[in-house]
Amino acid sequence: MGEYKFGKMDIPLVVSWLLLIFIGWVNIFASIYSEEHSSIFDMSQRYGMQFIWIITAMVLAVCILYVLNPKIYSVLSPPIYFFVCILLVAVIFLGKEVNGSNSWFRFGPVSFQPAEISKISTSLFLAHLMSKYSFKLSRPRDAISVALAILVPMAIIVMEKETGSALVYCGFIFLLYREGLSGWFLIFGILSIVLFVVTLAVSPLAALIILFVLSGIVNGIYTRRLWLHLAILIPVATLLGFLPAIMNAVAPEFPVEVEYMALVLMAIPVIFSIVKFSGKRMKHLKFLITGFICSIILVFSVQFIFNNILQHHQRERIENLLGIKEDLMGAGYNVHQSKIAIGSGGFTGKGFLNGTQTKFDFVPEQSTDFIFCTVGEEWGFIGSVLVVGIYIFLITRLIVLSERQKDRFTRIYGYCVASCFFMHFFINIGMTMGLVPVIGIPLPLLSYGGSSLWSFTILLFIFIKLDMERWRY
Amino acid sequence: MEKKNILIFGVLAVGLILIMQLFNLQILKKEYKITAENNAYKYVTRYPVRGLILDRNNNILVGNKNTYDIMVTPIEVKEFDTLDFCSIFGLDTLEVRERFKEYRKYRRRIGYQSLTFLKQVSSIQYSIFIEKAYKFKGFSAVSRTSRNYPFAAGANLFGYVTEVDQKFLKNNPEYRSGDYVGASGLEKSYEHLLKGEKGYSILLRDVHNRIQSSFEDGAYDKAAVPGQDIVSTIDGYLQQYGEELMKNKVGSLVAIEPSTGEILALISSPGIDIEQLASINKHYKEIASDPYKPMFNRAVMSSYPPGSVFKLVNGLIGLQEGVITPSTRYNCSMGYHYGNRKLGCHAHPSPTDLTQSIMMSCNAYYCYTFRAILENRKYDNIGEAFNNWKEMVMSFGFGRKLGSDFPAELGGTLPSTSTYDKIHGKNRWKANSVISLSIGQGEIGATPLHLANLAATLANRGYYYIPHLVKDSPGHSIDARFKEKNYTLVDTTHFHKVIEGMYQAVNAAPGTGGTARLAHVPGLEICGKTGTAQNPHGKDNAVFICFAPRENPRIAIAAYIENAGFGGTWAAPIASLMVEKYLTGEITRKDLEKRMKDANLIQYVPVKRRR
Repeated sequence: MGEYKFGKMDIPLVVSWLLLIFIGWVNIFASIYSEEHSSIFDMSQRYGMQFIWIITAMVLAVCILYVLNPKIYSVLSPPIYFFVCILLVAVIFLGKEVNGSNSWFRFGPVSFQPAEISKISTSLFLAHLMSKYSFKLSRPRDAISVALAILVPMAIIVMEKETGSALVYCGFIFLLYREGLSGWFLIFGILSIVLFVVTLAVSPLAALIILFVLSGIVNGIYTRRLWLHLAILIPVATLLGFLPAIMNAVAPEFPVEVEYMALVLMAIPVIFSIVKFSGKRMKHLKFLITGFICSIILVFSVQFIFNNILQHHQRERIENLLGIKEDLMGAGYNVHQSKIAIGSGGFTGKGFLNGTQTKFDFVPEQSTDFIFCTVGEEWGFIGSVLVVGIYIFLITRLIVLSERQKDRFTRIYGYCVASCFFMHFFINIGMTMGLVPVIGIPLPLLSYGGSSLWSFTILLFIFIKLDMERWRY
Repeated sequence: MEKKNILIFGVLAVGLILIMQLFNLQILKKEYKITAENNAYKYVTRYPVRGLILDRNNNILVGNKNTYDIMVTPIEVKEFDTLDFCSIFGLDTLEVRERFKEYRKYRRRIGYQSLTFLKQVSSIQYSIFIEKAYKFKGFSAVSRTSRNYPFAAGANLFGYVTEVDQKFLKNNPEYRSGDYVGASGLEKSYEHLLKGEKGYSILLRDVHNRIQSSFEDGAYDKAAVPGQDIVSTIDGYLQQYGEELMKNKVGSLVAIEPSTGEILALISSPGIDIEQLASINKHYKEIASDPYKPMFNRAVMSSYPPGSVFKLVNGLIGLQEGVITPSTRYNCSMGYHYGNRKLGCHAHPSPTDLTQSIMMSCNAYYCYTFRAILENRKYDNIGEAFNNWKEMVMSFGFGRKLGSDFPAELGGTLPSTSTYDKIHGKNRWKANSVISLSIGQGEIGATPLHLANLAATLANRGYYYIPHLVKDSPGHSIDARFKEKNYTLVDTTHFHKVIEGMYQAVNAAPGTGGTARLAHVPGLEICGKTGTAQNPHGKDNAVFICFAPRENPRIAIAAYIENAGFGGTWAAPIASLMVEKYLTGEITRKDLEKRMKDANLIQYVPVKRRR
């Protein structure tokens, strides 16, 4: 195989991968273990099955590295993408229902989830689309085709009632940002989440004040008149903050809601600054004002979205996370138990197979979505930080390697892989520690399950292979 | 900054956030610090006490009593004296052994969970069990409450509480297995207020999963919030008295306070035995197979022909349409003759005017009136006249659900023109084809609640409040719809004209033909109307509606008794006893009361034996 002589496999990535699947296997064993069980290779148990998945995943990895020709990925990505989209639709009608979602195919004893493969096919297809010579994200036609490539599988997965898996696709925004999307979109995305949370957990008025102050500061920085802006912002924001109290004291029966009054009060300085600075062709103003208006619409529609668009269990999970409603025996049960399990691990953990929260089945779904509990309980702070560290290393390594590619296809694909790993990693671990609402997606390479282990292995090893080939371009 | 670096910086920041939360949970937070000895939490649900249901005078209608559930944690159970155990609770030893075989079979799935072994054990059994508890490792008792009923009345009204089943859980994810929920009657309608909020206690387990102590002396426990009490409109004593009167009879009594629409008593007989209500699951089979269907709430669900009491409605519509006046007189020669057919009537002086027709319940009078309504020249054809008549009837609440707060209320039936088009062919029917509607027979069905509402509408001279069972109470105000006056399409000025007839029916001198003489109570000024509705299965149904006193009425009643015969003989006296009880608090007509209480009319009810 002389033609591969320049290709050197990236050892750190492969080692991280090996470490993670090994940690996963050990913890799946621990999460199910009880005195009656004997061997970690017992095939009637999940840890036995996981062993099979691991071996087959290794075979897959070797195939990708040494058997498949890497040139096929770019060529085959469109047909694969469309085929997977058809599978995604088909599973709605033909699949079997698991926990209320129609996303599983079943062949005899084996089930698999097309949504898992879809991460791979979408990543490949995006890389294919965006690596074309003439591609420019700023051109509307290209932007729309990229948006469709992401949104179509995402929408189908939402229809499968796998909202969690669909959320992962939001991660592609990081790739788009790297490939030329304005940073405003990222900022606006984060701002929407902040406003949503503040509106629900504190009040719409608080969200409006935050929005007002932030936009004012940004405008101040861009126009180089930060002090002037602060001089106006601070008193106005304070006044707005006390508005409900003032209205209560002066005219409690006043028919207009404080939020609308705040809107009017805010409009004065905003219009003033638009008039004053618009003549100077400030490019940021366009973004700022659009963002500002969108945010206001968001703040006022939060209640509607929350009550009418979200489903009951989603609402409950968010309410629990934000502490609006505490229901430790109901919707909050999983997270609460999971926090106890992790918290009880302490600094050094209780030791392998000594996790009692784990052993007595307090945490449901512990070998799949809540596997990190076992890590936290049995290996403590040290073990948890190690696992988080491996993920952080893996993701940053993916970014660094992507950046050194000369081939656009590989670079874009690498960013897709990093995005997928990042979203799963952050949402899953965040959820087990009560930082993110409960969203049932697996922890890459650690959670029990063949679909997930295979797809993350394939995702990763296609990149490792492409990286090996980088000298050939 | 380069975009790549911003992204890497972002990833590192997220990593840092996660590690900070890890630090917070694993090192800082005290709540999660557990010693090596006590290293697992167990959450024990604390069940709330259900809210009380009070009557209109704040007497307790539905209260709570302590019972206990016996729980078992199969994995902790050691060999025990099965015989001794069974003797405490009166169980069959074989059955218990069978249960443990099952636990053994599913031991994997059960794990360390506790299961409910026995439900609703009495305090006496509980105290015996607690004395011997040391012998039965793995068993424990949890305090639950179950319902008790100080008035021993109103079973169908209150409804029962039961443990949630799988089907219910699927549709109501906020409930958990083991919770109780109101399954019928008021318990169901007002579940959201009555249920309260669960709490929990946190206990610590040791490494062997034995419960050691309360965590931090209960600092993190959450107490259960008791359910809210509701005040019903029912008068407990009246409800109780009504049920005594209706013993051994099939039918309903519904009493309403006309000035508010509040239901004072709602009796469906035979009803669920109140003694069995609290533990209905034990008796469910027996109740469900009773041929008299005690679960079926006749007062709001049974659609009966109203019979002659419906003449009041037709009379009022006739007055409104101007086809009769109080002085209109019609002849009656033992009935109404049309073609070669006859709708019969009983012997009474003839001709009659409106007042007399009500007092003596003349059939012919209402055949003529009804025909005049349908053949009114004002309308192009009979269909139009009929629809107009129907609209007016519906304005009294007939043919639709009244919208009370009782969960199982049904709407009764009213025919439409298409009903008759189907029977007789399009445009091939005339007033005479549908003449039985004039006397409340034929294709019309009304519930006793409809009839009581009619009585209340008459008492109010033209409007009603939607009948309801719950009053405003601190923390709960009833729906605004219960406080609106609903006017009928008949002018209020017409009502006194028929009320005179109702007054005469009860209070006319003996021998003048008043049909409801037996309802007469000196001084109470009861106004009423009898009815005797044909029942295709056996004897006629006895019907009576009334209100009292004539001015500023305080109570309106409908009595409907199946297969009892004449309305004046059975329904009228029973309703009048209710009025007397409510208005004066005591009964002067002791003989009549005894005769009514002792009467066994259920024997005339044909029962379909299901086999």
